[in-house]
Amino acid sequence: MKKAPSRGLLLVGRIDEMRTNTLWIFVFIGPALILLLIFLIIPIFASLYLSLTDFNVFALTDWSRAKFVGFRNFYELFQDELFWKALFNTFYCLIVAMPVTVTLSLLNAVLLNREQTRFKNFFKICFFLPFVTNTVAIAIVWSWILNPSYGILNWFLGLFGIKGPNWLGDPKWAMPSIIMLVVWKAVGYNTLLLLAGLQSIPDFLYEAAELDGATSWQKFWYITLPMLRPTMLFITTMMIIGYLQLFEEPYMLTQGGPLNSTLSVVLYLYRQGFKFFKLGYASSIAVVLFLMIAALTLLRLKLSKQD
Amino acid sequence: MRKSGILSQIVVHTILLMGAFTMLLPFIWMVSTSFKTNDEIYVFPPRWIPKHPTLKNYIDLFSSINFGRPFLNTVIVASSITFLSVLLSSMAGYAFAKFRFRGRDKLFFMILATLMVPGQMTMIPVFLLLRYLGLLNTYTGLILPGAVSVFNIFFMRQFIMTIPNDLIEAARIDGARESYIFFKIILPLSKPALTTISIFTFTGSWNSFLWPLIIAQDERMYTLPVAVSVLAGQYGENIAIQMAGSCVVITPILIFFLFAQRYFIKGIALTGLKG
Repeated sequence: MKKAPSRGLLLVGRIDEMRTNTLWIFVFIGPALILLLIFLIIPIFASLYLSLTDFNVFALTDWSRAKFVGFRNFYELFQDELFWKALFNTFYCLIVAMPVTVTLSLLNAVLLNREQTRFKNFFKICFFLPFVTNTVAIAIVWSWILNPSYGILNWFLGLFGIKGPNWLGDPKWAMPSIIMLVVWKAVGYNTLLLLAGLQSIPDFLYEAAELDGATSWQKFWYITLPMLRPTMLFITTMMIIGYLQLFEEPYMLTQGGPLNSTLSVVLYLYRQGFKFFKLGYASSIAVVLFLMIAALTLLRLKLSKQD
Repeated sequence: MRKSGILSQIVVHTILLMGAFTMLLPFIWMVSTSFKTNDEIYVFPPRWIPKHPTLKNYIDLFSSINFGRPFLNTVIVASSITFLSVLLSSMAGYAFAKFRFRGRDKLFFMILATLMVPGQMTMIPVFLLLRYLGLLNTYTGLILPGAVSVFNIFFMRQFIMTIPNDLIEAARIDGARESYIFFKIILPLSKPALTTISIFTFTGSWNSFLWPLIIAQDERMYTLPVAVSVLAGQYGENIAIQMAGSCVVITPILIFFLFAQRYFIKGIALTGLKG
């Protein structure tokens, strides 16, 4: 009863609400729209077109030298072993880093959400520090930490009698090292998001479960996790988008080596585009990257709707 | 019952402390190493507090390596991007939230859809365009492509939509101009949202790497992340100076964060719930 009239009022209000003249619309939206057109929307289409050309270092000085080659770049790309390697490495990072980040962040968030936990703010700040930190600069610090002979990680492992590997020099360990840095950076941000999600779960759900004699494990499994679904959807989607764009960590720590074991898709794109100036070829990598991100994001959204 | 309570308190705090320690350790190690002489770096087992602390690394950094210039560049670029992006995005956000015009929502969702497009896709055409216009190695080239952000427009629109229309209408009846309404009513009421996007935009552009790496090829136009990455390449053996360089890149944002941490943490919750 109460809702109907207020809604009607809102509609009436809306009709003559914002009858703004066109000039003001241009003044307010114009600048943003022009910049978006020049630097975002037109480039998206330009990139699609570039991926169908053989734009290379010679075309850089004279654009007319770039020729339309149809899908040749894509054809070459799918036969390019290095590209497959980069694809494999990127997914390796995503598939390992995502569950690890989610698990650690969830653990932290649940612990921080307990009423009895002390020094909450201190922990929140500590966890969040890596997220605001410059990746390039902290990667330099990490490469020193991971140094096989003088690094503190191997020194620490040595205290327990473990002989640490040559982290960044060993093709087997280079990717795990990079994942370590990626997860270290991401945990704090996701912890805070999950914490916000936890705090939005109404108390009465837990109280009702307690009356029914639910254990804490049952409460976590049947209340907390299902209620966190929207937050989980958000953070996993952001992780898919972010981790597939892995670049700064391998660029700084390993330059893609050893033996291309840490070459990522974006690093390969950067190399092709801005080291060899094969901008047509690099654009086709960008298009594939975009298609992968779009497909996985949509898949993730579909999966969440099925629940 | 009591005992298990104390036990779980201990377990929980131990886990959290271990986590916090893992997060802090790299920073402590960086600061400590940046004050070491080069001889003291290669000491095993590692020394947490330098025996002969020195400022030499920082002095070298700002004298012979000239880290002042990239520092200045980063300040200029990050502040300009933040100012422009916050202003333009809130203007557009206001229009999308409160103006009525044909095709408004269609236009908005079209813009929103571009959030799925990775930055690397637009990077190459924008690079070519700026090169053509002679804007490589200029502040304009570093700033302009970042001067508006789809996410910020979206965020501001969502926030401004919660401001009651009555306020705006009342002002209009009083004969206020749109610019007055925007600057005197909308912006003051949007302070929490403005703070959030300001700090995130500033942090983001301070830390941005791939774009400056491509646009700034001339040493004089390096931003801090580019300068420190070059430093790591050139002074591969001189760990102490690399740590000092990293320190210079990281510390300003860290101090900024410590002062504004309340807003960061609130902002994160805000962006997450909206998404």
